[in-house]
Amino acid sequence: MNTSQPSVKSASLWVTNSVFIGRSLRHSIRNTEALIMAIMLPVMLMLLFTFVFGGAIDTSGNYVNYVVPGIILLCAGFGSSSTGVDVSNDMTNGIIERFRTMPIQAISVITGHVVASLVRNLLATGVVIAVALLVGFRPSANVLEWLGALGVIFLFILTFTWLFAAIGIVAGSPSAASGYGFILLFLPYLSSAFVPTDTMPSWLQGIADHQPITPVIETIRGLLTGTPLQQQGWIAICWCVGILLIAFLWSILAFRKRAGRR
Amino acid sequence: MRKYAIEVKGLRKTFGSQTVLNGLDLTVPAGTIHALLGPNGAGKTTLINILSTLVSPDEGSVRVAGYDVEKEKDGVKRSISLTGQFAAVDDILTAEENLRMICRLSGLSKEQSQVRSQQLLQQFDLTPSAHKRVKTFSGGMRRRLDLAISLVTSRSVVFLDEPTTGLDTISRRALWDIILGLRDQGITIFLTTQYLEEADQLADTIAVINDGRVVASGTPAELKSRIGGEVIELSDSKDQVIRTIPTYGNIHDVSRTLQELSHTLPKDTQVSIRKPSMDDVFLALTTKQEMKGAIS
Repeated sequence: MNTSQPSVKSASLWVTNSVFIGRSLRHSIRNTEALIMAIMLPVMLMLLFTFVFGGAIDTSGNYVNYVVPGIILLCAGFGSSSTGVDVSNDMTNGIIERFRTMPIQAISVITGHVVASLVRNLLATGVVIAVALLVGFRPSANVLEWLGALGVIFLFILTFTWLFAAIGIVAGSPSAASGYGFILLFLPYLSSAFVPTDTMPSWLQGIADHQPITPVIETIRGLLTGTPLQQQGWIAICWCVGILLIAFLWSILAFRKRAGRR
Repeated sequence: MRKYAIEVKGLRKTFGSQTVLNGLDLTVPAGTIHALLGPNGAGKTTLINILSTLVSPDEGSVRVAGYDVEKEKDGVKRSISLTGQFAAVDDILTAEENLRMICRLSGLSKEQSQVRSQQLLQQFDLTPSAHKRVKTFSGGMRRRLDLAISLVTSRSVVFLDEPTTGLDTISRRALWDIILGLRDQGITIFLTTQYLEEADQLADTIAVINDGRVVASGTPAELKSRIGGEVIELSDSKDQVIRTIPTYGNIHDVSRTLQELSHTLPKDTQVSIRKPSMDDVFLALTTKQEMKGAIS
């Protein structure tokens, strides 16, 4: 029937990763609803917070300048949460068994989803910043400060994407993955994203000041609009790197363990 | 060429307190089609998962294409392909993209992947749908694509877990032809099925497993002869089969059986005598009923 059937070699790690990244990017582009959502959400939130809530919240100054970092993180969190669903889809519909029985590094399939999520969310961040500039955001940052802020945003997206990927691996179904992800999406509201933490009751202020989102937001805010930075930058980096390491190890272990389950 | 494609000795696997495989022995000669039969929960999928390196065995020796599934995983992975119960294809990609992805992952260059994908699309009659997303495919098309993907590079052993479940008769026959064609290329095929007719038609050898052990194995003809000579089938007035009874096929046994039954059954019960089918063999081997006397 076919005499020209090629023999099996192992694809290099580079090829494996780029094939999976290409696959996940294709998925992102073809999932039209999710793509529209990822772009519309930042625009809607930006307009909502600036024109509806903004007038009622007094942060001594222009509220747009205050709220932009919060909206960037809210959208990045939302955008990375879809990674959980994508990973869970792959883990539950049988295609993972195909990859696992091939002589490749099967966990690269997760790397593909993570890179696609980074690309999607950096685009969404670009949209947030563009809309913000249109409605009156006036950052004071120089080139270095911009790069620093983008670096922190990048690290934040990477961290949360891996965390959601790990959740996707352990979740029993895509809708369960989406449910667990939803809990994490509340974190920005309990931070200094939309109102300064000193306006909250003291017990809540304690939570808000000591969770990862607040230092990340304060760092971006400080870099872009010149609010005092203090130690926030380092605290933010420590939180992100710590969570990233845990999420990374968790996903590798969970991925291996899942093999023996069926 | 190696004599056996699959050699399993004393295989045990437990999940928690549940023993799924309990000292299973099995050999499959290279270049043949082997069918694995067994009721749901007999351990068929677990066995396929162990043979394809997805699950580790607890005890026993398992060799596939000459490689140990524990110590030489990569050798096994290079020699096999697995087509699971649910077509493992990417719904969001097109048929061609699916094939090219697996070609690239199998170490082919971009150009080779292009050429090979076109060949397979043609061979599996998928060229007209090459650029459609798999989401829109029928069950038969998905299965064909799934199988095409499994054969991107040459494999000496192909595992098919219930390859024709849910397919219509025409798609099923088309898939049978493909499977027979693979054997003609010298590929060993190990399949599970719930259709006994499929095992009967396709398989060179059959193993029946129950409670994690092989309870019978042989060619379809050997298995059928094990159950005895002829089967008495009783139907009611509406032509519904109410009972099948295996016999040794000689006049003494048949008449004795009928005499015993004539007291208990309605007068209009219809009797026919036929050769045993795979269904009879399967029922006899996997249930503990009165038929037990007839086997041995």
